[in-house]
Amino acid sequence: MSERQRHGASIGQPLTRRDGPDKVTGAARYSADFKPEGLVHAVMAVSAIARGRVTHLDVAAAEAHPGVIAVMTPGNAPKLAKSPDLKDNPFAFRLDLLQNDGVRYANQPIAVVIGQTLEAATEGAALLAPRYEAEPVSVALGAGEVFTPETIGAGSPTSEGSGDVAAGMAAAEARIEASYDTAAQYHNALEPHSSVAQWDGDRLTLHTPTQALWIAKGRLAGLFGIPPENIHVICHYLGGGFGSKGFIAAPQILGIMAAKFVGRPVKLVTRREQMFGPVGHRAATRQTLKLGATRDGTLTALDHHTLTLTSRHDDFVEPSGILSRHLYAAGAISTTHAVSRADIGTPIFMRAPGEASGSVAVESALDELALELDLDPLEIRLRNYAEVEPITHRPFSSKALRECYAQGATRFGWASRPRQPRQMRDADGLLVGWGLGTATYPAGMMQGEARATIRADGTALIETAAQDMGQGAWTVLAQIGADGLGLPVDRVDLRIGDSNLPNGGLAGGSTGTATSGTAVHNATQAAIAELAALAVADRASPLYGAGNAGVTAADGRLARRDDPARSESFSEILSRVGKACVEAKGQGQGDPASRKTYAMHAHGAVYAEVKVDPDLGQIRVTRLVGAFAAGRIVNPHLVRSQYYGGMIWGVSLALHEHAVLDPRSGRVMNGNLAEYHIPVNADVPSMEAILVEEHDPHVNPLGIKGVGELGITGTAGAIANAVWHATGIRVRDIPITLDKLLG
Amino acid sequence: MKAFDYVRPASVAEALAAAARPGAAYLAAGTNLVDLMKGGVTRPDVLVDITRLPGLAGIEHRSDGSTRIGALVRNAVLAHDPTIATRYPALAEALLSGASGQLRNAATTAGNVLQRTRCQYFTDTASACNKRAPGTGCDAIGGVNRAHAVLGWSRHCIATHPSDFCVPLAALDAVVEIEGPGGPRSVPLEAFHRLPGDHPERETVLEPGELVVAVTLPPGADGFAAHSRYLKVRERTSYAFAVVSAAVALRMDGNRIAQARIALGSVALKPWRAREAESLLAGAAPTPETFAQAAQAALAEATPSGDNAYKIELARRIVVRALTLSAAGTPARVPALPASPFAASPFAATQSAASPSAGASTHV
Amino acid sequence: MSFPITLTVNGTARSLVLEDARVTLLDLLRERLDLTGAKKGCDRGQCGACTILVDGVRVNSCLALAVSHDGASITTIEGLAGTNPAGGDALHPVQAAFVEHDGFQCGFCTPGQILSAVGLIQEGQTGGDPERVREGMSGNLCRCGAYAGITEAVLAAHAAMTAPDVLPGRQLAEDAA
Repeated sequence: MSERQRHGASIGQPLTRRDGPDKVTGAARYSADFKPEGLVHAVMAVSAIARGRVTHLDVAAAEAHPGVIAVMTPGNAPKLAKSPDLKDNPFAFRLDLLQNDGVRYANQPIAVVIGQTLEAATEGAALLAPRYEAEPVSVALGAGEVFTPETIGAGSPTSEGSGDVAAGMAAAEARIEASYDTAAQYHNALEPHSSVAQWDGDRLTLHTPTQALWIAKGRLAGLFGIPPENIHVICHYLGGGFGSKGFIAAPQILGIMAAKFVGRPVKLVTRREQMFGPVGHRAATRQTLKLGATRDGTLTALDHHTLTLTSRHDDFVEPSGILSRHLYAAGAISTTHAVSRADIGTPIFMRAPGEASGSVAVESALDELALELDLDPLEIRLRNYAEVEPITHRPFSSKALRECYAQGATRFGWASRPRQPRQMRDADGLLVGWGLGTATYPAGMMQGEARATIRADGTALIETAAQDMGQGAWTVLAQIGADGLGLPVDRVDLRIGDSNLPNGGLAGGSTGTATSGTAVHNATQAAIAELAALAVADRASPLYGAGNAGVTAADGRLARRDDPARSESFSEILSRVGKACVEAKGQGQGDPASRKTYAMHAHGAVYAEVKVDPDLGQIRVTRLVGAFAAGRIVNPHLVRSQYYGGMIWGVSLALHEHAVLDPRSGRVMNGNLAEYHIPVNADVPSMEAILVEEHDPHVNPLGIKGVGELGITGTAGAIANAVWHATGIRVRDIPITLDKLLG
Repeated sequence: MKAFDYVRPASVAEALAAAARPGAAYLAAGTNLVDLMKGGVTRPDVLVDITRLPGLAGIEHRSDGSTRIGALVRNAVLAHDPTIATRYPALAEALLSGASGQLRNAATTAGNVLQRTRCQYFTDTASACNKRAPGTGCDAIGGVNRAHAVLGWSRHCIATHPSDFCVPLAALDAVVEIEGPGGPRSVPLEAFHRLPGDHPERETVLEPGELVVAVTLPPGADGFAAHSRYLKVRERTSYAFAVVSAAVALRMDGNRIAQARIALGSVALKPWRAREAESLLAGAAPTPETFAQAAQAALAEATPSGDNAYKIELARRIVVRALTLSAAGTPARVPALPASPFAASPFAATQSAASPSAGASTHV
Repeated sequence: MSFPITLTVNGTARSLVLEDARVTLLDLLRERLDLTGAKKGCDRGQCGACTILVDGVRVNSCLALAVSHDGASITTIEGLAGTNPAGGDALHPVQAAFVEHDGFQCGFCTPGQILSAVGLIQEGQTGGDPERVREGMSGNLCRCGAYAGITEAVLAAHAAMTAPDVLPGRQLAEDAA
């Protein structure tokens, strides 16, 4: 593929972020930075028990504290138009909004104190000193009754497979069976969930961080019994989401209720320690992998069973086995899920839901099998390379994974890796290990809409209620719009992050750029068609008679396809007919026919080097090289950042993150950023991301796959494998902490 | 946070008078106190701001060879003081391995010495804790206690002291200078923090109203400068509390150890001085066998207080490593990753200056 | 009870009356002075998003009681560009480097990262050693995982600000002190 095909004038260019100057000067305003006239502060009180009910709150003590305005409790909270427990769609997760005194998990909101100042409201909440009627709790994996869920993840089948796994195992010449535990993790976006809410009659203006403005608007309309058009949600900047802000969460809605309760604009910001419960998490899993293979490493059977947890009151099942349906060719495949209930907040989508936890188990198991067979980890992956999607036998819309393996291996220097563990040391005597993991994530699309306006002054406006949570929508949607309109990017204005704009879908599931980018692209094509219609019908235009399809847009001009010398600027066309602008809308969604025909996934290969102190067990990831293929790359500068981010999440999953619950109380005992460890800068000394060429004519008109979640998959397994290679110790309880290496 | 009154005395005498008020607490940087107040762990009625008190922010190297560090000297200032880094390198390394650049810029000498435990059941006001609320019990026992004490704990409290700084201070026989209603007094740092026993709520020997005004390193404490290290194992490369740490200071006499000082961190409710091990090493040759014996002696009395037996073996290994590193000699400059196993080089002759990523891997 | 204090905020002297001694510098800036650049990520000194310069030194503003900082000089992200010797609205070299090297994604931790970097460079301990920069920036969590770009940006800004032919940069570092 030539450069010209791959890149447009703007698409493919490594532009720096258009929102960069705002973000480095403090001009970027996040939800909690807004301050409407008369704003007061709300602070949640949350439950110290994980199951039971609140029997007493010392409301009088809170009210007596100077500056406290009101205390909102189940006894006086505004009643909602619809029960927050009503599941009228699978994504209406049950919410705790002070509609009763029950407690279903630790850190559940149980009251809200509104104060003139943040200090007053905060102390008011502390003074409530709740008393409880507590019931025994169960929070451990597999402790409750285990059952088979109806669906997993976002409605996927709980089990899927092909062939006869038992026969495949029986026919195998080498077998492994092992269980891998992954820990409960909390998203912990640096920006806490917050609301700045203002009611005007039955109209609501809301600043809140959300990955999906229209979904938030719809949920709120139902709860408050008002039309969605009465709700204006604004979120120009979103301080990280990772799935925890896909659906509006209880704390955000409590802020809105508090504003109604006191009849004033209210700001409610979740405290960090309150984010370990009511805003979702990634559930712990125990995954049992059974692999069988012939002597040459060809998989005869792959059995991937996941046991996980969900809440006692709602259903979300971490879909760890899904990736085994797409990734490796095996003679027979079984992927199944089981779940038990626990007294925990409901788990939810978290960066690469399913794939992240599933990947570390599958990649570890594959290396364990490679050891049995004395095969190189890369060799066994190539031996089982899926030329078509294993279970469905659909062709891939594109798949440059082989190139990813190869380019990554070369860059990393994989060929010199000794087969046996504990063979390498650095100059300081630290153990060195190398590991590999395959990255994979579906190239999904949601539904979105955009509007493109071409103005008589030669500029344009692109509008869609999409989100930028750091992936770069402020930049890449402008790049896509600019190319679609044939304008330099600096003449394209972009408006996003406002629910009054056309539905921009969801910034999640690695679908954002594919969906809203396609919508933007289609809107620009429609707007150009409108403009062309004006010109070709106008006798005074050099384009007269060309037919809509007979013109192309470039450099702010329309030109005849058959005679590019005959052209006219956008301004001239609009001015002559006396129009200020033309505008048109476009839709972004996957083509159902091609999605039925083709399997669509992004892929990659991640190579990791770790160093481990041979005596003390402390681990450091000293080098990560990822090679990724994800279709067309709109902005390599920002895509590289997405990969780095995902890879660091992989480091975190492999070595750091785990919520520690006291099984007696069900409380998270490390619910803060000092003890719930995520990587710091010094944890990731060297990273490299190779953007492997991949052309996908089927996934969408622009050939874009998502990149947000891809990097976390592959990486965690690569690190687990590298730790084994360094130490000879296979840790199956993730994260791998130093105590597990002391031996 | 509970509302409180705030007073800003102009002298130590005024501060002592102000601190006589009920519910008074001294405020310096507040990096620990304000955090605990936000968590509701401590709820003072009056804060006595000592940050403007004269004469407490200096480092004084005295003619008798001692060094007096004022209570208000910031951790970063102390660590980067060239004379401190030269004479007491383990102190500088310990300070720089603690918290973050921002916190070290604020946190003070006295505040560090007085910092409270990180036990989750102490900071979680919904849990029973004999230290926070005497007589309520200890939920850490039988709970989440991977990080808890293996030395000196009692059935009333199994918490640890989290300070890095105090570990080399204990090794170097530092002395805490105190002003109080009853006049000035001095207490060796090793005797300053109390083990929990039956009264875990009494964390130090400070009497109500007493104020730490300085920490002094005695004459001779700089005699270990050529062979001192602080080593800290943690669960991420930086910005983490120690799982276990050790400060080792050796005075060498040719090929023999003339005198050894060893203190362990995060193993007990105080920095743990390993005197038996020190005695074993006096006059011995710095060999792996000797170091292993010293490590055994240092942890001889250790017992797990829960799910933390690994800390005992880890502590032994840290003692061996810290001894090895100290015997090899103090690096010319505090390493880029202070106190980290990834900065230390027990097997290599020289510190590797290269990026850890750049071709440092060799097959053996 | 009220507590009068004076602060110099981004070069402007301000006399303030705190109605409450509990107010931290972070909440003073964000809730009372409408300087919302400093962010509250944890409120407990565990994330670094609230980092500001107090008397030229980087600190966590969430743990600093305002009343105790009477007389201090404070620089927030909003005031940093104004300190550029190039004048006008020109970005500070650290700000410019963060844009150039994509030292952020969502941007929430960015004001704290940038002020931490300015403080770190001014502390003068890292030189051009990437490992010392990583260690020195480890008090600022970035959940998006922009650490590679952050380190590159700090190294680039450090080089620009300490280059012998760029004296204004040096001057700036001294001014910040």
